[in-house]
Amino acid sequence: MSWQRKVLRVNLTKGTSKTEPLNMEWANAYIGERGLGTKYLSENMDPKADPLGPDNVLIFATGPLTGTMASTSGRYAVLCKGPLTNAIACSNSGGKFGAEMKFAGYDLIILEGKSPKPVYLHIIDDEVEILAADELWGKGVWFTEDWIKSHHSNPNLKVASIGEAGENMVRYACVINDLHRAAGRSGVGAVMGSKNLKAIACHGTKGVSVDDPKRFMKVVKETHKKLAESGGRKELTKVGTNAMIDVMQEWGGLPTRNFQEVQFEGTDKINPEAAVTPNAHGHVNLITNKACFGCTIACGRIAHIDKEHFTVVNRKEYWHASGGLEYETAFALGPVVGVDDIDALTFANFMMNEHGMDPISFGVTLAAAMELYEMGVLTKEQTDGIELKFGNAEALAVMAEKTGKGEGFGKILGMGSMRMTAKYGHPELFMGVKGQEFAGYDSRALQGMGLGYATSNRGACHLKHDVFGEDMEDISGNNKAQPVKDSQDRVAMIDSTGLCLFTTAGWGVEDFVDQLDAACEGTWTKERCLESGERTWTLERMFNMRAGLTGADDTLPKRLLEDPAPSGNAKGKVAELGKMMPEYYAARGWTKEGMPTNETLNRLAL
Amino acid sequence: MQKSLLIDPDKCTSCLQCEMACSFEHEGVFNPARSRIKIFEFEHGKRAVPYTCTQCAEAWCLHACPVEALVRNPATGAVEVKDEICVGCKVCTIACPFGTVNYNPDTGKVIKCDLCGGDPQCAEACPTDAITYVDSAWTGYERMQAWAAKTDSKAAAV
Repeated sequence: MSWQRKVLRVNLTKGTSKTEPLNMEWANAYIGERGLGTKYLSENMDPKADPLGPDNVLIFATGPLTGTMASTSGRYAVLCKGPLTNAIACSNSGGKFGAEMKFAGYDLIILEGKSPKPVYLHIIDDEVEILAADELWGKGVWFTEDWIKSHHSNPNLKVASIGEAGENMVRYACVINDLHRAAGRSGVGAVMGSKNLKAIACHGTKGVSVDDPKRFMKVVKETHKKLAESGGRKELTKVGTNAMIDVMQEWGGLPTRNFQEVQFEGTDKINPEAAVTPNAHGHVNLITNKACFGCTIACGRIAHIDKEHFTVVNRKEYWHASGGLEYETAFALGPVVGVDDIDALTFANFMMNEHGMDPISFGVTLAAAMELYEMGVLTKEQTDGIELKFGNAEALAVMAEKTGKGEGFGKILGMGSMRMTAKYGHPELFMGVKGQEFAGYDSRALQGMGLGYATSNRGACHLKHDVFGEDMEDISGNNKAQPVKDSQDRVAMIDSTGLCLFTTAGWGVEDFVDQLDAACEGTWTKERCLESGERTWTLERMFNMRAGLTGADDTLPKRLLEDPAPSGNAKGKVAELGKMMPEYYAARGWTKEGMPTNETLNRLAL
Repeated sequence: MQKSLLIDPDKCTSCLQCEMACSFEHEGVFNPARSRIKIFEFEHGKRAVPYTCTQCAEAWCLHACPVEALVRNPATGAVEVKDEICVGCKVCTIACPFGTVNYNPDTGKVIKCDLCGGDPQCAEACPTDAITYVDSAWTGYERMQAWAAKTDSKAAAV
């Protein structure tokens, strides 16, 4: 009933696998996906382990609603200790792979140890094989998916895989599923690569059932309608998330040229309108929109590159359509590196998906490299003869490919911004928290976002809290701590259901609760659900404490704490972290050093 | 009035709600592997096309069946599988030129679209109207209308 009540545990060192029953006590306390995956991770590994060593544990986790008719039921999470951050990593993805895991009968897949040789998993319901990946190692994601489907004569297989970046353990390598969806952040793909695991291919015929089908379908129909009618949803369908680039440009929170500025002069060339306007050759970037499994929003973009553009003019193999620009990609391959060439951005995004890397971390790392270059710290000789100046579209395209393939200066960029800037003696140019690069929002212009970035358990992340309303109503750091805390708990709950965060464009908490209550055994109330989210947040925090992180890591770079925003609505402001953090710790029921108190732990049954 | 499923691939986002609705209606669980309607994606999702049985007026499957397990529902016009008669010989799956009748190894019977007896759940579930249920005699109506709209030259000149 919603959960399949089965976990697949794979020992990659020995090349064996077995199934075990899902721990229902944990499922009832943590729901699924992010929460349940965090519990399993906490209980199955020592958080002090080397993230790229065999003792790191990699978990693919679905939610109880994954694979049902609830809208957006395609989500799953990939969890481990993150090589980028040395903190807990929990990366969320959509597409079709997660639902297929459920259809094959599994709530979670736990991967332990390290395979002596490159392998991939082939799963058809109860049949689980660990097969040699000799023909795949060294190849990109697109080749890998095609090869596996044709090798097994099974077009119904859904594939989650790594590209060369994961094999080479680029610190921010990701897992790609269904060609262009990603469990993007924190280097979960590098962990898969460190285990010599190239791919998981899965097909299932068991189906997913729910506890009260009649009530469930009634609630599903109501929530579909509610979501369909919401203005936020309509915007996401029409324009995708890149609507945000115009919003942030207008607000003055769009990180530009490694966060030196908060507005970018080139947004008109890479915004949603540019994507549908014919260029000088009559080429239109955007082709259509696309949905993940079960999704009635369809925010995904499908795009193609102008055949005459310098990036692909002699490369027919890149003339086909693939994943287009959504906001984070556009910001990280655009303003933060100063580039406004939509075809160059699209090509760089193709590289991210084909070779398996997080565009956010790549872009912000490249931005730091550009700043080092413009300072004269890096020279052309070191950067393979490429002028790494802000705005250089050729540099963006070339370095995206080199980083994906592990060539030349791309190997340096693959270290991530924290390690790279430290290597060249300028750690202050790293724009991120706990080793993970910021997303497309500047903390000086959005105070609650800054607090969220600083306290997110997986390093700087824009998706773990939701205080846009509060941030845009009041540009000061006042009254931000409680909303950040409350939204973090709420989001942690949503991330545990198997549904997509973007449903919040139309749904309130009660809509998630109703669907869980109808689908899952037992009584699920708003209180129970939100408390589960808080429990998940706190358990993530505890994993990090055990890994060696402290309150001192809940900080922001000097640039955001001391250099005022040069323009926009928050011109003259810095991030007021010093004011917000004590309020936040108090709201959480933590000590002044940021440790959960015994009282808080007892309340959450931790 | 007999009705048919009308598919508009331009509107399909590949969400697969239809596959879940179909399997839920027929099997009681969400199981795209047992859906009678399938979505096919081309070129990294550039195009997504729902495809299923078109309920041929002279059906290869019906004529090929050696035990007369495939019968016409006069109310809906759909060709339906009589499970109690079907022996799983799969000759119908060979006979259908479109591949829309397939074998279910779990039950030993073949499965195909039966228009849900006149209330097709795929059309009900589709969030973009890529699948609609319309008068069989006028499936081309909207396309004709779209082209007719382009002919209004007098108004354009003014």
